[in-house]
Amino acid sequence: MTTNPASSPSLGLANRVFAGNVGPIVAISAAIFMIWYAGAVYLNAPWQIDKFERAKIEWSMSDLVEETLKQDRPVLPAPHQVLVEMNKTIFGKKITSKRSLVFHTGVTLSTTLLGFVIGTLLGGLLAVGIVHVPALEKSLMPWIISSQTIPILALAPMIIVVLGAVGLKGLVPKAIISTYLCFFPVTIGMVKGLRSPNPLQMDLIRTYSADKWQTFWKLRFPSSIPFLFASLKVAIAASLVGAIVGEMPTGAQAGLGARLLAGSYYGQTIQIWSALLTAATVAALMVALIGVLEKYTLRRMGTQP
Amino acid sequence: MKCEKLSLTFETADGPVFALSDIDLQINHGEFISFIGPSGCGKTTLLRTIADLEKSTGGTITINGVSPEQARLKRDYGYVFQSSALYPWRTIEKNIALPLEIMGLPAAEQKARVAKNLELVDLTGFEQKFPWQLSGGMQQRVSIARALCLEPELLLMDEPFGALDEIVRDHLNEQLLRLWDKTDKTVVFVTHSIPEAVFLSTKIVVMSPRPGKIIDVIESGFPRDRTLDIRETTEFLEIAHRVREGLRAGHSYDD
Repeated sequence: MTTNPASSPSLGLANRVFAGNVGPIVAISAAIFMIWYAGAVYLNAPWQIDKFERAKIEWSMSDLVEETLKQDRPVLPAPHQVLVEMNKTIFGKKITSKRSLVFHTGVTLSTTLLGFVIGTLLGGLLAVGIVHVPALEKSLMPWIISSQTIPILALAPMIIVVLGAVGLKGLVPKAIISTYLCFFPVTIGMVKGLRSPNPLQMDLIRTYSADKWQTFWKLRFPSSIPFLFASLKVAIAASLVGAIVGEMPTGAQAGLGARLLAGSYYGQTIQIWSALLTAATVAALMVALIGVLEKYTLRRMGTQP
Repeated sequence: MKCEKLSLTFETADGPVFALSDIDLQINHGEFISFIGPSGCGKTTLLRTIADLEKSTGGTITINGVSPEQARLKRDYGYVFQSSALYPWRTIEKNIALPLEIMGLPAAEQKARVAKNLELVDLTGFEQKFPWQLSGGMQQRVSIARALCLEPELLLMDEPFGALDEIVRDHLNEQLLRLWDKTDKTVVFVTHSIPEAVFLSTKIVVMSPRPGKIIDVIESGFPRDRTLDIRETTEFLEIAHRVREGLRAGHSYDD
């Protein structure tokens, strides 16, 4: 006899949880937190043992674990320490305060979005040029590719200095650094996307004697939309990295990058980690937002569900 | 349409490929011409040359007295491909309107022509559907409507029903014939099915490969309003036999 798993309520629930996304997501998150806690104990233990011995305190294993998870300047802060710090600096401060993480996130976000918009336009324009003018592919592509082999960390101060010399300060130089990272995936994706129409679709529009402009708007561009969204997801995350890097050489005045730098000057590891975690959350949210936009657009374009 | 000593050679890495050689052919207004032959005989290439999708490398070809390029620029023909080549992000209505949008016709005129041609291929009511929601045969009918809405004198069809099953194909053949009878267009039709060619055509052009050339041109005298029943007649079988003989002769030195 075979038993029907759905007839047993507890087994049915377990099946449902692990058949969907909930189970795997919970399992992976739990594993990450466990590894993080174990790492925190292990990495913070030497300093703690040293402290116990100097104070000549008898200590047990449970004392050690407890103390390693509440140090002021741990090598690796525990997750709850970071979350408490985030809670304090996100919800506990006025958003105009320099101590508010919301304020710093706002600064970084405006740089990110400006860089993303410029980068997407630039990346798209380059792709359109490359697809339509064969000479541009040969002359531009090597520069575009080698531009990405230069570490942005080395280039960022140069960009700040050069743009500063021509009078550009503040938001724009940082956005340009962000643009520098994010135009690339858009160019690569859009070149592929604009070339994705099959020969039959191209022949068809040729028999209508469509000009290049019409071929672009009625065939190439709509064909490239799925590629565009894939590129935008990579580009927005790259924009955020660029924005953070761009904040470092400007004297660490404001933004998540400034928090990272200030934190490392003063050994405030908890501050560093909360800035890192905030940046990661913001990036994930922006990628998710583009994902929603993608779903909506593709549905409007009649993609088979 | 007229071609004289038409030839086309593709230069490839392994040396030249003679896709077409010394094609002499005249097509008169209102005819239904089929090109038939084995794959690689250049029948599709010949059709693509008429449509200015390939350029001939020798000889002359004119369509209503002008070159294929001028004919294409004037949108003198409608082309139906082996597969429907519908744009998946456009609804059926928008797919049919595509050539009209490119021509820049006013919206009202576009709407009227789309409605008229959808009715002609018996697909009224599917305007708002997307291509994937239609069967293969329906998609091909949409592509015929799209070619017709240009209101061309000349309809070029490259194995339009090749990918469909026989029952659907028979049905579409009959529909196509009625359409041709009603609209008085010239149709050039590429196929590798003998019954299809004999049933549809007023003139059958038999071709052979390497180099692509014409072996035989067979006139058939069936009435314009013929039905699928003629396929049982002796006259039909005789013409089919002659086509088969021609194809065999073209192949004989191949083995």
